[in-house]
Amino acid sequence: MGKKRVIPGFGLSFGITIFWLGIIILIPLSALFIKAAGLGPAEWWRILTSPRVLAAAKLTFGASAAAAAVSTVLGLLVAWVLVRYQFPGRRILDAIVDLPFALPTAVAGITLTTIYAPTGWIGKYLAEIGIQGAYSPFGVFIALTFIGFPFVVRTVQPVMEDMGAELEEASAILGAGRWTTFRRVIFPVLVPALITGFTLAFARAIGEYGSVIFISGNLPMKTEILPLLIVAQLEQVKYEAAAVIASGMLLVSFFLLFLINLLQRRLNWQTR
Amino acid sequence: MKSRLILTFALASLSVLPACKKSSSTAGGTIELQNVSYDPTREFYADINTAFAKNWAADGKGEIKITQSHGGSGKQARAVIDGQPADVVTLALASDIDVIAQKAQLLPADWQSKLSDNSSPYTSTVVFVVRKGNPKAVKDWGDLTKEGVGVITPNPKTSGGARWNYLAAWAWAEKQFTGDQTEVLDYIKALFKNVPVLDTGARGSTTTFAQRKIGDVLISWENEAYLIEKEFPGETEIVYPSLSILAEPPVAVVEKNTEKNGTTAAARAYLEFLYTDEAQELAGKHFYRPRNAAILAKYAAKLPAIPLVTVDKDFGGWAKAQKTHFDDGGTFDQAYGTK
Repeated sequence: MGKKRVIPGFGLSFGITIFWLGIIILIPLSALFIKAAGLGPAEWWRILTSPRVLAAAKLTFGASAAAAAVSTVLGLLVAWVLVRYQFPGRRILDAIVDLPFALPTAVAGITLTTIYAPTGWIGKYLAEIGIQGAYSPFGVFIALTFIGFPFVVRTVQPVMEDMGAELEEASAILGAGRWTTFRRVIFPVLVPALITGFTLAFARAIGEYGSVIFISGNLPMKTEILPLLIVAQLEQVKYEAAAVIASGMLLVSFFLLFLINLLQRRLNWQTR
Repeated sequence: MKSRLILTFALASLSVLPACKKSSSTAGGTIELQNVSYDPTREFYADINTAFAKNWAADGKGEIKITQSHGGSGKQARAVIDGQPADVVTLALASDIDVIAQKAQLLPADWQSKLSDNSSPYTSTVVFVVRKGNPKAVKDWGDLTKEGVGVITPNPKTSGGARWNYLAAWAWAEKQFTGDQTEVLDYIKALFKNVPVLDTGARGSTTTFAQRKIGDVLISWENEAYLIEKEFPGETEIVYPSLSILAEPPVAVVEKNTEKNGTTAAARAYLEFLYTDEAQELAGKHFYRPRNAAILAKYAAKLPAIPLVTVDKDFGGWAKAQKTHFDDGGTFDQAYGTK
């Protein structure tokens, strides 16, 4: 950063940034922590280490990571198809990808449950091979995949569009095979975008409530997610306990997202 | 890439904002009342509102408009605490109105003594809904723990209706095992082993049972059971267990709000209207049990008399029942082996 910036208005825009982050993120979040601070450390520990919360945490973070991972692989494929091939209906397909963003999550949850329930269109075939679709941890995974998928496509797609064919051509001319070109030339360029997509899908999945509660079955120790436990605490009018679970969740999420960001920076630096 | 990302973020952060309805009243002319109620009363109060408005106009008091808000009982109570301008609340549990009195002091602590019959103009109970022909032969609470019987009930942690179901089961078991607490808890444990889905609300369980055809028996509000019969004719049957619970959904004027809105008199008249013959008939028509004995008798074929326990007598009131059974570490948590 030199003394003279090319673009003017740093002071003003920085001020607006801080103000905006303050009112839409920092103030609500600090209110949450203040509420949670109404309970002492011993209570925090008791709530956060209760078997039910731990089981729900395992499912929430586990299913979110699994769903985000699957979304990343398939999202890459879908983005690839949308960017690289011309075929009739491509625009429509492109628009369909965004639908999970627009659909109210409760609607998504109810629809997915109907389809994946043991009596549903897909659920009954799954049941024949001994897989329970809805009302199982697998059901949670299905819902989270649904809502997280567009994030990956939408973050990878623009990078792919910018890439152009020159890189591949150059790689081919220099004697690389198809697989080598993909592995050594294309993939490294896409990695940062893939990680961003994964992170967004993961973060979104952790906080998801609307769609999951319909498909999960909400069985304690088996298919409860953390947001449901927060609601359960609210039902008992225990705002502090709810805030403690929420804060714990937020801290873990922040830590994970921070790690992913670090990883991304390292990778960015390597590919430069 | 930037703009796409921003759009992505913006869309992702779109969340449902709690709808804040305004209830206002003007000095003469039209009065507006807001009735904050729970889930399955929608159709009942739609009829009540029409009838009440007609009487109000006939008495020369002008026009009155009543808006309804429905949702899970506990959630509705929280909305009122957080400032939803309800003039009256008509909820599923007395404890939900207690919470409004305690946390927000919007009505006096003795609100339940303001109207007759514990401020519950109609009652209901908990019954079983089974598949046509009752293929699993579910007759009573004891049959619910049999191998291979799927039981559908919502989660008592998040659903008011589910708490009535739970207490009814508990009351039966307590009688069956003559009060032996370990045996009662074992029964509850076995019962919940047969529950494949715990929806967050009573309506959710109804959908799971009736529409998705999950489970063999649904533990349900009596009025909801008749609604299922109407919606899915010929698919289900109602079974009355040997013992159930008297559910008293209470009503109250949210005095602090009505004073601000200048609607206190109208709100009181609205709730008193629920005790009139006309409203009691409507309650019976919607499968709630009217308090008026003569009118209840008219509906006895549909709403048969069965032995009913009450929360006040048999569980020492809602506050105690809530603490013993549903709070963290209560019997429900014990049944699931979480402390």
